[in-house]
Amino acid sequence: MNQDRYEMVVGLEVHVQLKTRTKAFCGCSTDFGAPPNVNTCPVCLALPGALPVLNEHAVELAVRAALGLGCKIDPISVFARKNYFYPDLPKGYQISQFDLPVATGGSVVVGKTDKGADHRIGITRLHMEEDAGKSIHDRYPGETAIDLNRAGVPLIEIVSEPDIRTSAGAGAYLRTLKQILQYLDVSDVSMEEGSLRVDANISVRPPGQVKLGTKTEVKNMNSFSAVEKALESEFARQCALLDSGGGVEQQTLLWDGARETVRPSRTKEGSHDYRYFPEPDLRPLMLDPKWIEHMRKDLPELPDARKTRLATEYGLSAVEVEQLTAHPALAEYFEAAARASGDGKSAYNWVMGEVQAALRGAGEDISRFRVRPADLAQLINLVRGGTISHTAAKRVFAQMVETGKPAAQVAADEGLVQVGDESAIATWVDEVLKEHPEEATRYLAGEKKLQGVLVGFVMKKSKGRADPKRVNQLLSSRGG
Amino acid sequence: MSVTREDVLHIAELARLGIDVARADELTKELSAILSHMEVLSQVDTATLPTAAGVGAVGTPLRADVGVPPLMSGTLASFAPKVRDGFFVVPRLATHEDSSESGA
Amino acid sequence: MSVDNYTQLGAAAIASSVRAGKISPAEMIRASFKRAADIGAGPDELNIILHADEKASVEEAERMQARIQTATDIGVLAGVPVAIKDNIASLGLPTTCASKILKGYVSPFEATAVARLRANGAMIVAKTNMDEFAMGSSTENSAYGPTRNPMDVRCVPGGSSGGSAAAVAAGITPIALGSETGGSVRQPAAFCGVVGVKPTYGRVSRYGLVAFASSLDQIGVLGRTVDDAALGLESIAGFDKMDSTSSDADVPIYRLAALGKPAPEARNPDTEAIRIGRSPVPLPPPPGPTTLDGVVIGKPKEYFPESLDPDIRKLCDRALDRFRSMGATIRDISLPRSPLAIPVYYILAPAEASSNLARFDGVRYGLRVDPGKGLKTMYEATRSEGFGPEVTRRILLGTYVLSAGYYDAYYKKAQAVRTLIADDFRAVFTSGVHAIFTPTTPTTAFPIGAISDPYEMYLNDIFTVTANLAGVPAISVPIGRVRRLPVGGQIITAHFDEYAMFRLAYALEAGLGAEAHQ
Repeated sequence: MNQDRYEMVVGLEVHVQLKTRTKAFCGCSTDFGAPPNVNTCPVCLALPGALPVLNEHAVELAVRAALGLGCKIDPISVFARKNYFYPDLPKGYQISQFDLPVATGGSVVVGKTDKGADHRIGITRLHMEEDAGKSIHDRYPGETAIDLNRAGVPLIEIVSEPDIRTSAGAGAYLRTLKQILQYLDVSDVSMEEGSLRVDANISVRPPGQVKLGTKTEVKNMNSFSAVEKALESEFARQCALLDSGGGVEQQTLLWDGARETVRPSRTKEGSHDYRYFPEPDLRPLMLDPKWIEHMRKDLPELPDARKTRLATEYGLSAVEVEQLTAHPALAEYFEAAARASGDGKSAYNWVMGEVQAALRGAGEDISRFRVRPADLAQLINLVRGGTISHTAAKRVFAQMVETGKPAAQVAADEGLVQVGDESAIATWVDEVLKEHPEEATRYLAGEKKLQGVLVGFVMKKSKGRADPKRVNQLLSSRGG
Repeated sequence: MSVTREDVLHIAELARLGIDVARADELTKELSAILSHMEVLSQVDTATLPTAAGVGAVGTPLRADVGVPPLMSGTLASFAPKVRDGFFVVPRLATHEDSSESGA
Repeated sequence: MSVDNYTQLGAAAIASSVRAGKISPAEMIRASFKRAADIGAGPDELNIILHADEKASVEEAERMQARIQTATDIGVLAGVPVAIKDNIASLGLPTTCASKILKGYVSPFEATAVARLRANGAMIVAKTNMDEFAMGSSTENSAYGPTRNPMDVRCVPGGSSGGSAAAVAAGITPIALGSETGGSVRQPAAFCGVVGVKPTYGRVSRYGLVAFASSLDQIGVLGRTVDDAALGLESIAGFDKMDSTSSDADVPIYRLAALGKPAPEARNPDTEAIRIGRSPVPLPPPPGPTTLDGVVIGKPKEYFPESLDPDIRKLCDRALDRFRSMGATIRDISLPRSPLAIPVYYILAPAEASSNLARFDGVRYGLRVDPGKGLKTMYEATRSEGFGPEVTRRILLGTYVLSAGYYDAYYKKAQAVRTLIADDFRAVFTSGVHAIFTPTTPTTAFPIGAISDPYEMYLNDIFTVTANLAGVPAISVPIGRVRRLPVGGQIITAHFDEYAMFRLAYALEAGLGAEAHQ
């Protein structure tokens, strides 16, 4: 096995599109899906004479992300030009940050080590930059179509330390990172929509060797599982090269998802000389340390903290909080319902059960879900207060999803309000005993196990409205 | 340091300037001659200087994340060499197979 | 007042006549176009003007006339014809930077400086010839042929704003906009016998100025007189939210400097109402022996080398004598790192240019040459066909000094030395010196074609380039003639102290009187 003879060493570069209304350096909209080149202006078209002005909100989001990842914010950072020609790069350079990035030195906790300590992946740096436009190569034969709507959209690049040792570890890091960024609300973090992109640097070395092997850069993965597959594939390729006595050549590789293999990018190595230098059209980014502190205090609750708190406050298990915190909106929905109903356990059961099932069925996002947490809390309270049975509650919930009406109204309209009235239940019990003489006789003769069956008959007769507790009591008293 | 013909061809490639062989030789001489006047800078002691982060002590101004982009008095087609269906159209990269070279 | 003496009229005089309804904007436009035709400003003669449209200009003047009748105030430059260097974006007329790569390109937006001129009532009559992308000191590097100096048609007008300087010198407009990176306004002003001012870096918005070297570029003003230059600068200065490097420092009323008042009466920055509403300031009273009492003027030895043309030295000494006779003290000073300025400049400016000019790739606008062999060939054919030899040379030089292995030795080193040069100025201005006086150029205008060695041409900027590197304001004022060719004297002051610079310039102009052009 390769894993016995070689160790995989991976560092990831993650590009994240920041959630701003306008682009990084001009007032153009960042909306996704507009007709080609509609969201452009002299600045992002790089017309002669146009100049960039930095978007304040992009800075806020970058700093929030950096603080959330435990980075140190540099009060002075500098934008730099990365020079290369490509038709979707209008200025012929990308405004980025180079030797003085906005943040350095953070980390992400990805599970536990064998010894039970936090397993940390280091973050080398986080810097701000702008996106390029889109080149569409398959639209016209022999030609490339350029759409610059995306050109100038603000990004952050998060560079990890080469701390990752397995493809599964890379996946875990990415999922954790994505979750943190979702909690920080800085990005839509969707690989499908291109708001999160991953490049991987990978090398191999014999276990115990400190020196890093020659690395390759793998690009073009469109999902986290593609990243994992690409790393496995490249790991195997590098191991085979070393086994055959050859060496790894430093190069950029592209993941071919269809063939599940990497292939060399056609760009010549060495032809990349980006000639970075400080961007003279922008002054250094200066951040007031007081403002940075304010931003730190203002950070939303992050996944780990929320897990701990939900477990204590609502008496949930580790597995349960893990499920609830998978997405911040889910956790927030749960907590609102739990608070309003005062019943965390029931809220958990409903959210992970009926709510999730309904969302899956409709392919809907929880933030737009018709049944709001307060509505769900009302339903939970109706069950707890004995107004409706648990069985009836599921029917009520289905109606709430369908009609958007409040729980109490649905229960009343559908005649599902539980009947606790002694005489009504007594009538049902009498009828059931009359209609099922055999069971009645045996039960009254002392065959206690038939009580459940009889309760079932009563419930059915009452269309679920009879309070099962009362039914049981009544039957018991008859059976004596 | 004097510039070689290979240097000139390399930087011409980086700068996407098509240069024929005869001109490359001339430029090698011209650039070497110009750069020879720059040698004087290597004698200047700049070790004690803090590394210059930029000009001036004021930070870059920030704009609010709102607003309309500056207006343009013409459409893309009024200045672009080739536009189709709203796209700028360029010849395809000779070595091209996918778009992975683009982007950040 | 009549249009017969149009070529002698200052901007302030034109504006007050137009505001008073004594003369119409259309008359001014016609006078300007007539002067251009009479003197031969077109391509086959002096080749000063690259783009102009008389019909459109007259229509604009008629709209201006309507504005005069309805609006409460139409600005300090009401009805003043202004010429604009062809690297400053304007609506209506092309913006080509005198390059083939932008042939016929009409900008869909306008530079802030041009928009402010219009807001102040000025009318744009012409886009002027220049060295391609402002790279040159003679206007010989224009893709559309060299401009000739109206003072002597065998000679260059200087550059790169040669067309703007020549337009003012020839009496086509009293004010023209130019741009500076290393002396491109002051040097042609000196060669053409007009006034040229380069303000502090950040004083005027660069939005719409086609970038050559962003950390050095600054729009400047050419005027027939100091007053024209002051009025022009006042109209365009001030913070612009479209330019991150523009300053929000207050813009004083520069023309008050004409009255010899030492302290600027600062005004609040940049509301159009304030700018447009101000009324013209009377011209200065004749300078008396106490006009410049208490002013200390530094004379830096590095700018008066042994090798300086003795006739130019003589004219400088005469100018310094006039300052002295008005009460100023002349102090010998040193700016020891100034001799390093040319090497520093010719590393930093091409480095930035190599990046700034990458956008001219044939993809979105301008020239495209497509030999049909794919994208890379299209880039290379477009750029080698579109750029002239000097632009090509500087892009290569800039690419070289930024490339792997050379960045530290060239670019980084030059940045460090740049801060030393700026420190020299800071030291002088904090030692009680209010202004520095030097010759603007080491020579007078030279014959077209006389300088072919690139580095020898670069040395034309030797006295001007330090102000760009340090970011300080500087003005060139005519101080006399040598062999009938104009000579300029340069006044440099501290950052954002254009007011003191104008005060000395007004005084020198008045003190020299007719001798300034003798």
